[in-house]
This record gives sequence, structure tokens and C-alpha cells, in this order.
Amino acid sequence: MRPDVPAPPAEDPAGRPAVTLRDARLAYGNRVLWDGLDLDIAPGEFLAVLGANGSGKTSFLKVLLGLAPLSAGSLTVDGEPARRGHRGIGYVPQQKHFAPDTPLRARDLVGLGVDGHKWGVRLRGRAYRRRVDELLEQVGATPYARIPVGLLSGGEQQRLRIAQALAPNPRVLLCDEPLLSLDLNHQKAVSALVGHQARANGTAVVFVTHEINPILEHVDRVLYLAGGRFTIGTPGEVMTTEVLSKLYGTHVEVLHSNGRIVVVGMPEAVMDGHPEVLPAGEAA
Amino acid sequence: MSWTDFTGAVFNFTDYAELLPLFRDSLLAGAILGLVGGLIGTFVMMRDLAFAVHGIAELSFAGAAFALLVGADLILGSLVGSVLAALLLGAMGVRAREKNSVIGVIMPFGLGLGILFLSLYQGRAANKFGLLTGQIVSVDSTQLSALAVTALVVIAGLVLIWRPLTFASADPDIAAARGIPVRTLSMAFMFLLGISVALSIQVVGALLVLALLITPAAAALQVTAAPRMVVLLSVAFAILSTVGGIMLALGGRIPISPYVTTLSFAIYLVCRVAGSWRRRRGWSARAASLRAHA
Repeated sequence: MRPDVPAPPAEDPAGRPAVTLRDARLAYGNRVLWDGLDLDIAPGEFLAVLGANGSGKTSFLKVLLGLAPLSAGSLTVDGEPARRGHRGIGYVPQQKHFAPDTPLRARDLVGLGVDGHKWGVRLRGRAYRRRVDELLEQVGATPYARIPVGLLSGGEQQRLRIAQALAPNPRVLLCDEPLLSLDLNHQKAVSALVGHQARANGTAVVFVTHEINPILEHVDRVLYLAGGRFTIGTPGEVMTTEVLSKLYGTHVEVLHSNGRIVVVGMPEAVMDGHPEVLPAGEAA
Repeated sequence: MSWTDFTGAVFNFTDYAELLPLFRDSLLAGAILGLVGGLIGTFVMMRDLAFAVHGIAELSFAGAAFALLVGADLILGSLVGSVLAALLLGAMGVRAREKNSVIGVIMPFGLGLGILFLSLYQGRAANKFGLLTGQIVSVDSTQLSALAVTALVVIAGLVLIWRPLTFASADPDIAAARGIPVRTLSMAFMFLLGISVALSIQVVGALLVLALLITPAAAALQVTAAPRMVVLLSVAFAILSTVGGIMLALGGRIPISPYVTTLSFAIYLVCRVAGSWRRRRGWSARAASLRAHA
């Protein structure tokens, strides 16, 4: 189906994990973000990385991207040690608007994922165009393929970034708060797109977010980081009053209402980014 | 000055057929510079470096003025000045705000240095003025071949880093995650930009470099976002401005730069109007809805 990508090597039915962390530790000076982290992320698994600002969520991604080294332990991505520019990794960052006069159309932005890393200029474009069309189709962006990226909405731009990240058929899709500053409909659409990619194409997804609700129905497991500690488990296991209270070292209340999870009473320093969990009266 | 005097000074096409061949080298030089300016301008716009170009030009001017003072080669002087300035800016400014304040500090200093060197210089006044306002009419064949070789280096360099530079300019974070050496590319680009600025100063002078390096690309961006089209139009506009400007300037008595800047400004205006018309007529309309209306 995709002639430009070699077929995956034969492997046992269980499949090689897309990401493997062993006794991993990340610390800056005396400050330990996490320690003793053992984690296998299977192909097709959707892992949500939750935690307050400063809990090490973004650093977790940086380590996977090979942009920051582990302080101790080991990390392999698709069976190889993590390194910068690993072809097995696709990266979708936070939504950031393009200037209206950016000289790229939607399809050109996606195209950067196909051959933007190669030197020189593109000489023969047929395979390139076919792959871009395929990717646009995959994320449902075909109707606006020729529109300048600067004129598109935030949600449309995020779809294009996902298509761009999927271009090299990555084993792992890393998403860093991709829903931030999107409206509710776009949040749902973008989460569904990522969830579908995991389920249908077997891409492992690592989804860093401060808000689990928009992605709740897609999440297989949660890695919850807080104050140098962490917990791993299914959303049902992790998002409970007992587990999070133990993690935060203080009593927090996890409420379930209408299929949404609301965490109330987290320590002051980690309140940022959780305006929706505070009843109006407590905002002070 | 009467109107006839004015037009006589600005447009004078008597003996034009005899004049034109004499300025063949100048026209060629103009075309080469247009090509370089149009190419590099698209990246200048993408990387939001318009102000940096202006800053580099002032330091290039200082370098050229110093060369003039000590009797060294003018072009070499302006090359050294602008490449140093470009690399300095590339190394210092990471965030746009920071970069702008650094440029704002460096620019008047460069201009002041240049004025100092010029006022110490005892030679012909025309040389002094030419640095600020352009002097291409005086280009000879050795200068032309030097210019062509330098331009070739810039173009070859740009072509080599074209795709990763586009990626790094559009989205540096993702590009870095994909393993593209964003910082090295940025320095390489600043180096090429420094050379281009020094070359452009030979035509339009330090004060008006933006007319060659910014205006054509900015005009192209008004009417299209297709990358190939942007490059094509930007180069076409730049060459039209330089070559057209030189051809208009041949008969008159005034320097070349007003012609070049006026032409490129006129092109920009036309593109701006065309672009706003295009946006109003639904540039961002979806293919599906376009079909529905058809």
C-alpha cells in the first residue's frame, strides 16, 4: 500500500514495544522529575501523560524525542536507542498560529513531513504529490489542501500537523498538548483522529495533556506525574480519589459526572491550567 | 526647478539606442542582483528578518566606508561588514523581540561609524554618496564577474539548504524534533544573507536595500502562497525592478535607486490590491463550497 516504506520486520504476535523505558530517571540538579520509571508502550496503545505544569510532562516528551538525555536508565524507541530525528517518531506540538503571509499552502505544510528534512530542492514530484494527497485524505484535510496555512483555523492547522507527523509512518506519535487553544468541536475531532490512528494503523500514541476529558474515550493507559512521583494504569485505576491523593501527598477529590472526570483540591502550585476543576467560589 | 527641468533630469531618452549597449554590464549586474534578492527575500519574509536586513545594511555601509577610507576594495569592505553583522545577529537573537532590540542598538552605531569614516575620507564626494544611494552604473567587467561568482555562491548555498531551511523557517520546533540542524541552518542562512546584502548595496545603496530584499518577496506573498509561485514571482519582481530601474535611469542625471525603489513599490501596490481582492473573493473558501456555488 505504501511502496516508499519498507514492510515491518516479521515479529512475534505480541509485537515489539514501540517504546521501552527501563528504570528511567530524569533530574535537573537536585530536582527529580521522575525516577525508576519502567514502561512499555505497545503498538496501537494510547498513553495519556497527565500532570500539573512543571511535573515533567514536557520533559518526558523531550526525552522521547532525543532532545534531552535521561539522567539514568535506558530508553529505546522501536528497538533502537532514542536519538534526535528518529524516523520512528512523529511529533505534534501545541497549536501555534502561522502568520497570514506564510508562503505555504495546507499541502505544502504536510509535504514538509514527507521530504522537508532532505537537502536541496525537490526535483521529481510525483511520489511526493501522491503521498501528500494520501496524508491529506487520511486526516480529512483534502477540501482545504490549496489554502494558505495562515488562513486556516487552529483545528485545521492541527490536523495538518498530524498529517505531517504521520508522513514517515512513525511507530510512535508524540503529541504535546495538541488541543490547547482549540474549541470543543475541534478538540473532539483532533482527538478522534489521533485515536483512530492508534487503533487502525497500530501507531503508539503518547499524548501529553493537562485535561483528560477530551481524549478519555481513546485512552488505554495513563501516566500521571506529580511532585517527583508517578502512577501508571488505566484511567479507571489512576483517576480515583485514593490513587491521586496518595500521588499528590494530600487529599484530592476525583469526581465523575456525565462521563467527565473532575479533579478537585490539587495543591496550589499545580493548579495552573485547571481552571475548569475549580468551582467559581474557590477560584480565589 | 521647472517641470521640464525635472523631467529632463529624471527621464531623458535622447541617444537611448547608443547608450544602452554601453550599460550592458550594468544591466546584467542588475539582473543578477534581482535574482539573488528575489530568492533570498522569500526566506527573509518567512523568517521575519526585514528589520535585520536593514541593520545588516548599515554595518555593511560602515565596512564599505572604512574600505574607502583606507583605500581597500569597496565591495570587500561592505562584504566583511555585512557578513560580520549577519553572523552576530544570527548568534545573538533567538527570540524576535530580543533580536529587534539588538538590531535597533547596532544599526545607528553602524551608520554612525560609516559617517565617521566618510567624513575622514578626502576623495571624491560621489563615492561617498554612492554607498548610501547606489552606484551600479559604474560597474565594469571585472566587478561584474566578481559579482556573478558571489551571486552563484549564494544561490548554490540557498538551493542546497532549501528544503530543511523551509521546514526550519516554517516550524522550528517540529523541524528540530525531526533532526534538522535548525541552529546551523540559521547561521548558514545569515551568512548568505550577509553576502546578499553587501551585493545589493552595490545597486541601491545601504539605505534602500529593503527595496531589493524585501519588497519583491512581500509583493509575491500578497498574491500567492504556493511556494514555487512565491519564488518565481519574487524573482521576477526583483529583476523587473532592477533592470527596469537601470534602463529608466540611463538618460537621467539622478542616481539609480529612486527608479528601482519606485518600480518595486509600484509592483507591491498592485499586488496588494490584487491580494485583497483575492482574499475578499474567498481565497480561503473550501473546494467543496466552491463547487457548490459553481
